[in-house]
Amino acid sequence: MTLLDFARGPALTFAMAVFVLGVLWRLISLLGLPWASDKTARRIGAPSDVKAAITGFVRHMWVPKAMGQTSTFAMINGYIFHLGLAIIVFGFAQHILVLQGLFGVHWPGLPTSVISVAAIVTLASLVAALVRRVTSPVMRLISTVNDYFTWAITTAPVLTGLLAVSHLGARYETLLAIHMLTIAALLIWFPFGKLMHAFLVFLTRAETGISYGRRGVKI
Amino acid sequence: MTIDVQAATRTFLAQTEEHLVSYLEACVHCGQCADACLFYRTSGDPRHTPAYKLFPIAKAYRGQKWPLKWLGLAPKITEKDLTEWEELIFDTCTMCGRCTEVCPMGIDIASIVGQARKAFVAAGLGPADLLQAAENSRDHGSPLGLTPAKLIDRLDWLADDQEVAMVVDKAHSDVLLTVSSIEAMKYPTSLSAMAKIMTHAGVDWTFSTTGYEATNFGYLAGRGDIAKIMIQRIVDAAEKVGAKTVVIPECGHAYGVLRWSAANILGRPLPFEVLHITEYMAKLKREGRLHLKPYDTAMTYHDPCQISRRGGAAADARYILEGFATDFHEMTPTAEMNWCCGGGGGVQAIGRAADLRHKVFKIKIDQVAATGTNTLVSACANCRLTMDESKIHWKWDGGLESLVEIVAEHLDDGAAKSA
Repeated sequence: MTLLDFARGPALTFAMAVFVLGVLWRLISLLGLPWASDKTARRIGAPSDVKAAITGFVRHMWVPKAMGQTSTFAMINGYIFHLGLAIIVFGFAQHILVLQGLFGVHWPGLPTSVISVAAIVTLASLVAALVRRVTSPVMRLISTVNDYFTWAITTAPVLTGLLAVSHLGARYETLLAIHMLTIAALLIWFPFGKLMHAFLVFLTRAETGISYGRRGVKI
Repeated sequence: MTIDVQAATRTFLAQTEEHLVSYLEACVHCGQCADACLFYRTSGDPRHTPAYKLFPIAKAYRGQKWPLKWLGLAPKITEKDLTEWEELIFDTCTMCGRCTEVCPMGIDIASIVGQARKAFVAAGLGPADLLQAAENSRDHGSPLGLTPAKLIDRLDWLADDQEVAMVVDKAHSDVLLTVSSIEAMKYPTSLSAMAKIMTHAGVDWTFSTTGYEATNFGYLAGRGDIAKIMIQRIVDAAEKVGAKTVVIPECGHAYGVLRWSAANILGRPLPFEVLHITEYMAKLKREGRLHLKPYDTAMTYHDPCQISRRGGAAADARYILEGFATDFHEMTPTAEMNWCCGGGGGVQAIGRAADLRHKVFKIKIDQVAATGTNTLVSACANCRLTMDESKIHWKWDGGLESLVEIVAEHLDDGAAKSA
């Protein structure tokens, strides 16, 4: 078995199993906790919980200027690498083929040149996020191993993917195998580290939206 | 002093339910909350970053579910954690909730600080003066020594001095009016102002000597047992007089606790509606029962956090001011976005926090100056006391007023009679 066979065979299969079971385990163990029910009287005219949850989700997509924000740059940069990652994962023709193999659906890919630009921009954005994390006194203080490790494990597939596409540094098959192994690592880490925020964000924003909504707070 | 780490851990973990755990697990350590915090904004100290304040409770929770817990390798909170964070949890958080607004994950940090305080107190920590205020409430009826006898004394004096009926312990009444001892002891005319407004509007109301103190230092000091006692007293008094409405005086946290927490603390819905005096005055105005002469002083309005940002009643204050305060200028930012006075969340009662609190108040001084006015009106006696103390500290020449008092001073009884 070559390294590539291992990467795209057992490694990715195992990683996907860990990802799916891990995420399910995290969500079920979280949602299975006791829920504090709110017995306070809802303000008259308050929106329904569904509406408040949606409002909460949408409202927290940006930082209100009047609140004062530590960094407009950080907010914009956050959007850049999130959107960049989405473009790469769902827009690159080869990725679409993999996803088609998994889910049976496909869609047209973006030109490789667009993906390359997106990958370079994403990489630059991730580097900028790291620079901010290590240079800002606030960020340095609140950063943990989880933050740095998650950064590395998110950045690795972008970097190795770019190298593989550009045939830089090693044989294409080796680069591709390394790229797949970094993805396997990301999938395995996903449920246990802060990447889980991709799921938790729907809960936390909605719950805060509901709690403020029933009070009639307009923000 | 011994610090009971076990008790703190137990108390942290006893509170874990879905909301709290989601919040603790969702933080991505992005740091956006720092600049929204009045303490970080003032001190520039990274330790004042709201997300950082949650570290001990997050650690306790992480330790509980750590995979290698059985090998004794799980993270544990330590005495050092607790002593280091005590100041961050009590002195440098007013639970104003600005950080919640900027959080990209929508984490309600302020509510977690309230829960964390209980664990610190269980460990034997917490500012002595804040805890004393809570115990005074339980033992003497109020944090500032306002016993039932003293309340009657104050109300009698106000009835004479202000020439208004101060109704106490009426057998049956539609409205139970409560007090904040800060008002009773420092700004007593706030109480007679409420009485004047009630009388003007022909409301059937009373004070009660068994349930009068609306402030809840039990809640602020992390003493859940005392918080419950204070709520129970008001609920019992309201049920006894058959009140349909309990009116909270000018106190932000009193409103926050009774309106948005009490039912959850007691475990049952309250059998009456709870309205802040601002909401009540707005209601009277909507019903055409509040007739006012114009108030012409150039002024701005300070939103008490628990009434506007965390209470949902920002619009009511504006509705009262509309067509009444002829020279009203909003500050920037305002309403739900407004800056806290620096003394909420019990910080006002923590003596050792005063220096930083005064520095924080500079934000408010600058906000007022930018409006071009020199009078700051608020609807919270705790904000007012905080601002009064800082005003003296900085020798600030701005005027401080209470909304309920300016309304009471401008009642148009002639118009009420002809209406």
